[in-house]
Amino acid sequence: MMRNFCLVGAGVFLACASVTLAQSNPVAYTGAHIIPVAGAEIPDGVLVVQNGKIVTVGAKGAVSIPAGAQVVDAASKVIMPGIVDSHSHIGEPEGGDSSSAIQPDVRVLDSVNVHDAHIEKARAGGVTTANVMPGSGRLSSGQTLYLKLRKGNTIDDLLIKLPDGSIAGGLKMANGTNPRGAPPLPGTRGKAAAMVRADFIKAQEYRAKVIAAKGDASKLPPRDLRMEELVEVLDGKRTVQFHTHRHDDIMTVIRLSQEFHFKVVLHHVSDGWMMADEIAKAKVPVSVIVIDSPGGKEEAMNALPITPARLEAAGVLFGFHTDDPITDSRLFLRSAALGVRNGLSRATALYAMTMGNAKILELDSRVGSLEPGKDADFIVLSGDPLSVYTHVLETWVEGKKVFDRSDPHDRLEQVGGEGASHDQNPFWVDDDGDDAGGRS
Amino acid sequence: MRTTIRRLVCAGFAASALSAQNLAVKGETVYTMAGSPIQNGVVIIRNGKIEHVGTAAQVAIPSGYQTISAKIVTPGLVDAHSTVGLTGYLNAATDQDQLEHSAAIQPELRALDAYDPDERLIEWVRSFGVTTMNTGHSPGALISGQTMIVKTVGQTADEAAIVPTAMIAASLGEEGRAEQGKSPGTRGKEIAMLRSEFIKAQEMQKKLAKPESAASDAKSDKGESKAPDRDLKTEALIRVLKGEVPLLVTAERSRDVISAIRLAKEFNIKLIIDSCSECALILPEVKASGFPVILHPTMKRASGETENISFEDAAKLTAAGIPWALQSGFEGYVPKTRVILWEAAIAAANGLTFDQALGSITINAAKIIGVSARVGSLEPGKDGDIALYDGDPFEYTSHCLGTVINGKLVSSGKF
Repeated sequence: MMRNFCLVGAGVFLACASVTLAQSNPVAYTGAHIIPVAGAEIPDGVLVVQNGKIVTVGAKGAVSIPAGAQVVDAASKVIMPGIVDSHSHIGEPEGGDSSSAIQPDVRVLDSVNVHDAHIEKARAGGVTTANVMPGSGRLSSGQTLYLKLRKGNTIDDLLIKLPDGSIAGGLKMANGTNPRGAPPLPGTRGKAAAMVRADFIKAQEYRAKVIAAKGDASKLPPRDLRMEELVEVLDGKRTVQFHTHRHDDIMTVIRLSQEFHFKVVLHHVSDGWMMADEIAKAKVPVSVIVIDSPGGKEEAMNALPITPARLEAAGVLFGFHTDDPITDSRLFLRSAALGVRNGLSRATALYAMTMGNAKILELDSRVGSLEPGKDADFIVLSGDPLSVYTHVLETWVEGKKVFDRSDPHDRLEQVGGEGASHDQNPFWVDDDGDDAGGRS
Repeated sequence: MRTTIRRLVCAGFAASALSAQNLAVKGETVYTMAGSPIQNGVVIIRNGKIEHVGTAAQVAIPSGYQTISAKIVTPGLVDAHSTVGLTGYLNAATDQDQLEHSAAIQPELRALDAYDPDERLIEWVRSFGVTTMNTGHSPGALISGQTMIVKTVGQTADEAAIVPTAMIAASLGEEGRAEQGKSPGTRGKEIAMLRSEFIKAQEMQKKLAKPESAASDAKSDKGESKAPDRDLKTEALIRVLKGEVPLLVTAERSRDVISAIRLAKEFNIKLIIDSCSECALILPEVKASGFPVILHPTMKRASGETENISFEDAAKLTAAGIPWALQSGFEGYVPKTRVILWEAAIAAANGLTFDQALGSITINAAKIIGVSARVGSLEPGKDGDIALYDGDPFEYTSHCLGTVINGKLVSSGKF
């Protein structure tokens, strides 16, 4: 999008250039209702960002605006942290194939299309960080990626590098009916759990051999990508993002995680509302989806929108997810609002969209709240985040604007229309010349 | 506030469910959809029918009437196109009766014979205020079968039905294609097959119109009946040709909508354009056709044939002066049904006024599916179908407190 936007003309090119330049000078947003998530909402707040980081957040008068700062009037707007989606399928990620049930060696890193229109649409919904997952058709479909939705030309431009140099991501696993099938898939729930246990036991043995080798190459076991990934899980370096719906399947995940001491997040949890106490006792976090009607498959027959409120009451750490395309990233704030409709507190709802998910992805030192030192990932809204009438006006990642509703192309991605579902491509037909696609 | 109102409604439940269908419904704002909203309004329902609508000052509540109240009162919602009741929430083979794959053209399949009045999704949509649905066979075959209009209550399909055969459901484009190796396999073949069937039906119609064959006792010299053999498929299509039953054509691509209009004009068929993801590209043509549109759910996914869908399609149809209503549509997976209230809400947030959005799921929907004499607005003589809300019905955080059908409180909102 950026490239064809820049092609239009010199004036637009300058605007484009100013967006892509790093902001070495501080920018101060004033007059907005700020929801920092860390701390109380600020009715007339000031947010200062510089060099892609947050410098200051506070009430007007209580914080100083640095000399030389560019001041942006955000009166009547609402500013909150960029939204974190803990489970999404934007970017056409591909995981394991039909060759086996457990494929932890497969990386979505090697498949994501960063030009996919769904990534643009996610930015239009205010999403700045997303856990992009392979599917649930296998017990493990492979490794997930935690992405920053920066504007980029390759997947490398969107990756999050951890302090040790590794790429942030989890391991997708699934139980229940989705990963069932004819061999090599399991045919029953019992078989599914047995297969997972067998592989983790192998991984324990593999790890023991590696440790015993004490770095002596001649004693190391032959490299095995599947085992190496499972060892990362056993070592707590990679969290399992576990698709699970039914109450008994939720308990199976908890049982497995306790047997092998791996870090896990429970995803979807259709029966979560009846399992809140058990989940709380296990101290396992949850990534929850809110759908418009129960069912669609047998194990989701009790998927009711009261789960977020029940998890809150039980003291469970949780975040929301889109499971895009199951729910639409452009309307992700709707999930929080429907949680509130069904008894969830406003504060926890907004926390679950941001910090809750940041904690689930272990990125909370960088994203999830508006606090000095954190990444300048924030969104500007036209009104209250829980109102149907509110639109995302701007989305910023690390101090760079990645969505602007006043830009015709960006607006097309947000509301839809002819060309909105095309991948970023400057050559598709735009015969009315407004850069928004469609015919006039 | 909310708790209080919820308690009031619940207190009324037991009594009104048992008593005769006499009920008074009070609203801080009553959207009648027949004129301006009424502040401090009252709707009096007697024997299941609306008797009076007016302000509290104008309309006295007769003694002995159960009274329920809420901040916002609207007509019961009308979903102009659903498959709920034929599609069940489990989405298993046992509860999916919306599509039969054995033939491309099966207009004789009646929704009445497939509707499950106990389906949990009916209860689900009712709890958000839906009182009337046009439901039946889904997109996915050239002609998949009939739809029917139901109230969202009833122990049997017959009890639920208010129009047993409402429309004949057809699909063009990808949705109209048969499986690999069977016809129709192309768009051209789809239309050729439909034209061929309607021509057959026209010929049968002519035969039946001749006095000697129409007479039931007409015999040939050999004593055999001269009347043509009955054929359920042709009989159903003749009803379409006669204008008794509209043809509901689901078409996403603009070219398929244009094909549907061309077909309808050739056979003088009452067409209802369904879904129409690319309506915004052909507004003048749709407007000129004079046919109404039952528009796709606002939140329908943009993918494949629906890639050009927009949250603003509803606003564009309104601006073009095209009669239209919203639908919950058919979903093959999750959510197994959409909720028409929430689809209208997104349209209201994307260019429609509140009244236009509410109209698309009440009076305008009732008009397009042909039941506006009974439902869709709060007017004397119409059915006592009402939805009660604790705030702006479109706001995510508002609740439907109760749903009234024929003067009976049939749901008290849980979600």
